[in-house]
Amino acid sequence: MGAELGKYKSCVSARSTDKEILKASQDGGIVTQLFGFALDEGIIDGAIVAVSKDFYKKYPEKCMAFFADDSNEPFRPIPAIITTRAELMESRGTKYNISPNVSLIKEATRSFGLDKVGIVGTPCQMQAVRKGQLYPIGMRDVGDKIALAVGIFCMENFPYQSIIQLVEDHAAMKMESVKKMEIGKGKFWVYGKRGQVVQLPLKVTHKYEQPGCHVCLDYVANLADISTGSVGSPDGWSTVFVRSKIGDSVWAKAMAAGCFETQPIEKVKPGLELVSKLANEKITKNKATVEARKTFGVGKALRSPYI
Amino acid sequence: MAPQKPADVAVKVETTKKEVKPVVDKITVGHVHMSGCTGCLVSLADNYGGLLTILDRYADLVYGLTLADVRHIPKMDVALVEGSVCINDKLAVQEIKETREKAAIVVAVGGCACYGNITRFTRGGQQNQPAHESFLPVGDLIKVDVYIPGCAPTPQQIRNVCVMAYLLLKGTKEQKDLATAYLKPLMMAAQRGTTACFCDLMYDVIDQGLCMGCGSCAAACPVRAITHEYGKPQGQRDLCIKCGACYNQCPRSWYSFDVVDNYEAINEAIMAALQ
Repeated sequence: MGAELGKYKSCVSARSTDKEILKASQDGGIVTQLFGFALDEGIIDGAIVAVSKDFYKKYPEKCMAFFADDSNEPFRPIPAIITTRAELMESRGTKYNISPNVSLIKEATRSFGLDKVGIVGTPCQMQAVRKGQLYPIGMRDVGDKIALAVGIFCMENFPYQSIIQLVEDHAAMKMESVKKMEIGKGKFWVYGKRGQVVQLPLKVTHKYEQPGCHVCLDYVANLADISTGSVGSPDGWSTVFVRSKIGDSVWAKAMAAGCFETQPIEKVKPGLELVSKLANEKITKNKATVEARKTFGVGKALRSPYI
Repeated sequence: MAPQKPADVAVKVETTKKEVKPVVDKITVGHVHMSGCTGCLVSLADNYGGLLTILDRYADLVYGLTLADVRHIPKMDVALVEGSVCINDKLAVQEIKETREKAAIVVAVGGCACYGNITRFTRGGQQNQPAHESFLPVGDLIKVDVYIPGCAPTPQQIRNVCVMAYLLLKGTKEQKDLATAYLKPLMMAAQRGTTACFCDLMYDVIDQGLCMGCGSCAAACPVRAITHEYGKPQGQRDLCIKCGACYNQCPRSWYSFDVVDNYEAINEAIMAALQ
């Protein structure tokens, strides 16, 4: 286990001690608990998260206005800025399709007036945030206001239409009747509100993946302050990497405040070995894609973003 | 007979002290103003205390509109060029050529200098020089070494390049390596060419199958011309001013693992340089 897991200061298996959070969280409620704690403590003034239509109906002023037209679609993520615990609780759970959270990062410091911004996102979005801090080409006065960046493990993402196709065509369920989606144990799971469960093998989902994900070389959000995901931990728990100085300080405070129950990652099954295996699989596969792009045409290469 | 020098004068000259803080290690920087709105210069000034630290420790401003009392472009290490060049204006053309001759490093600062920006849309007819109608990005007339795109370029981006340029020219081996790695993408941007608007984001990122919908472009756009439809950027091209911010902010237009993976240390080094 090495570079594929990125730099980190500590790694544990954890879950929130707040039963309310766990009721609707994806796994261990790590992101919700961290942002809730950071809001209470004034570590952040607000956070950029992905919400759904119910949130939009309650708090339209907190959402990116141009998403309004699509707000009736279930599981369609809308980037939004939450500034209270009530709003945060409304945003729990993974949506499994693209939410351009970084699009709000400047706006958070402008019309929302936040000085300390939290943001949750995929590994590529953490890369975008850090590039924005080092090369703030269109991000005036934003970099030093990013107070907590939480990354989520990500193998690939899906366009919204792909989710419709998977749920409605392959799993034969109505989007409106879905309670939760999940990728785990090598399958795509769709849980219905009436209790029905459909599982799809991942080989079915592959062709619906967003193509832009296939050049991504980061599985565990190497550049987040704290990154988390279900992989490696038992059901209902999350694996947590504490990576940066900011992450270390926030995590220590949250632990001291009793926000999380933890287990040593070495003691849980399947443990870091699985995280490492999946990270290597992703990186190897996608490095091959980056390589193949060089000879894609006849004497013509596709672009590589990496220099 | 010539008057004799009193003995104590000679002694006095000998005891003149050397300046405690030598300033010879500073680099010389000039701000060359072509056809721009001065927003880039304001951005540079918006570093406030940071700018004073830069001028105090790292750079001497040897040329700059209203800031340095110098009429002709002097020899300098770094020329920060703002604005595009009006090719109908002999003086502007002469000055940009002279800038290339006199400066070791030419930095195009801002959308107009890099990509033409809003001056791409000019058609002349303005008093008192109605024939001044054609404007080109600096890179179409001279070789440019480094780009700082954006309208306006951010104070932090200008600051980062200033600190890195100093480290590149005057730093230790380690600092030179860091500065080279940091500046490399901005040098590659200068080599890439003189167009970058929302269309380039389509050509080089979206059409190339690289976009993953992070949202950076929409955040970077100064005129809010970019929205996202189902997670993918949509540009209102009539609003686009061709500043290149979206293209260059995008993590899939260019991305350096060497630099960004060390974001924490680099951010700290830049902040420490300004303490």
